[in-house]
Amino acid sequence: MSQDYEIVIGLEVHVELSTASKIFCGCPTTFGAEPNTQVCPVCLGLPGTLPVLNQQVLTFAIRAALACNCQIAQHTKFDRKNYFYPDLPKAYQISQYDMPLAEHGSISIDTTQGEKSIGITRVHLEEDAGKLVHQSQGGQIGTAASSLADYNRTGVPLIEIVSEPDLRSADEAYAYLTALKEILLYTKVSDCNMEEGSLRCDANISVRPRGQEALGTKAELKNMNSFKNIRDAIEYEAKRQIRVLEEGGKVEQETRLWDADKGTSHSMRSKEEAHDYRYFPEPDLPVVYLSEKMIADQQQQLPEMPQARRHRFQKEYGLSEYDAGVCTMSPAMAEYFEDAAKKAVSAKVSAKTVCNWITVELQGKLKADGKEISNSPIASGQMAELTRLIERGKISGKMGKDVFADMYVTGKDPEVIVQEKGLSQISNSDEILKMVAAIIAANPNPVAEYKSGKTQTIGFLVGQVMKASQGQANPKLVNQILRDCLDKNI
Amino acid sequence: MPEITDKTVEKIARLANLQLAPDESGRFSEQLEKILGYMHKLNQLDTTNVPQTAQARQGRNIWRADVVVPGLEREAVLAEAPDVQDYGFRVPRIIE
Ligand SMILES: [Zn+2]
Repeated sequence: MSQDYEIVIGLEVHVELSTASKIFCGCPTTFGAEPNTQVCPVCLGLPGTLPVLNQQVLTFAIRAALACNCQIAQHTKFDRKNYFYPDLPKAYQISQYDMPLAEHGSISIDTTQGEKSIGITRVHLEEDAGKLVHQSQGGQIGTAASSLADYNRTGVPLIEIVSEPDLRSADEAYAYLTALKEILLYTKVSDCNMEEGSLRCDANISVRPRGQEALGTKAELKNMNSFKNIRDAIEYEAKRQIRVLEEGGKVEQETRLWDADKGTSHSMRSKEEAHDYRYFPEPDLPVVYLSEKMIADQQQQLPEMPQARRHRFQKEYGLSEYDAGVCTMSPAMAEYFEDAAKKAVSAKVSAKTVCNWITVELQGKLKADGKEISNSPIASGQMAELTRLIERGKISGKMGKDVFADMYVTGKDPEVIVQEKGLSQISNSDEILKMVAAIIAANPNPVAEYKSGKTQTIGFLVGQVMKASQGQANPKLVNQILRDCLDKNI
Repeated sequence: MPEITDKTVEKIARLANLQLAPDESGRFSEQLEKILGYMHKLNQLDTTNVPQTAQARQGRNIWRADVVVPGLEREAVLAEAPDVQDYGFRVPRIIE
């Protein structure tokens, strides 16, 4: 490669808001209903109907925009975006054009070079379109002779969050999406479920020789349905554009569709005027006034944001950056950890230990079962109690794992399981001393070896004591007492 | 003021999915020219101190609470469809 190129990425993220009813009518928004069972004259675009804005949509959108540090407009309006497509029964989408709900925001992402601020150009409201099932092998649109339209999703409320072209790599794009998703989950405006289409992302990508100020021609990438897809698609597209330039070609301004199975993208041939949307003000919806009180109310609803919480967990509970990241992945996880950590700390157990048990054992088990932390069969307080038993030497770490497995199945308190199974670890020095003395007497040869300097023999002797105790002695104490005895009577 | 030619009218018709009879582009371009001419006249008014709006009704928010209201029976909905399959509106090939 003769020249060093810089990749420039801007992302457009569509998020379905978690309202009960649609944005302009009372139809339910429940995912997965039978086709065309959640529709009415308004969302079907039948003549003579009038849309009425759902107030909760506005509330959620303001909250999300505030969480992205945006300035909320004093008033905002809706516009019609006109185009013909079978998923859009009205032949226009109600969206926002020149007076969006909010502008000029930013969110902070963690990169390998530290924190970076990514600008948010705007946050606006719009309605979702319907769902099309293409009747062809693999559901490909290009080869389908016909398609089936389901209008249940038509009119589900969306916010579109548009970033500035501030992202410089596929990894930064990934970090931005992760941070944005966390913010949206924390503010409880969306479930951000990508499989159900609650969060969708398009990427604008261009490349330019490093040092050049003018942006290169951008391509728009669509059809990526996971964060990993997005990262792969961006990497592929940047390489493709660099190759075009190096071969002396020109990057075309076009929309490209990502094919996750093939790991490639292809140009979406569209009619030349497909992007002439002829926006005009929606005459059926009045201007919306956003009072200071409405904004202040939502400002109050904002919880501690994920990044701030991550930093606080590191400071307050001594977690590593990685652990703090895992513990703040979702608000439910953060609440679970903090609740357990507080109980642990008040019982003089380190939060770090609790964190390990939660992130390794519990998370591992939940993941394997496809469960969320909110459905954990073990309560946060029980987790704290388990670590307390281990740190106090009541049970060994190994026993802890057995107790944990039992707790996960039965939901019983760890103390109850320890009693029922007679697992209590022997931490009584006198008892251990007796056992140690017996083992020393019974094993003169290993004892002699140890005393002659072959100190690794201690392992064998510890093993013998543990065996004699049927695994119930505290191994740390056994080791310590054994050494004391052997070293003392030389 | 941009000139309205037959070509402009044909483009607008295409975007609006309208099929025009051969003599219609000429007729419509004349009519549109007149309408826009009037708009041009309005544009010369001094509106510096008039707030921008797309509507006459102003000042009060109109919205509804987030309450689910049952919609239409599926049978009734699909009865309006030109073609139905698997409870979906069947539409012809999208990409030519
Ligand atoms: Zn509806």
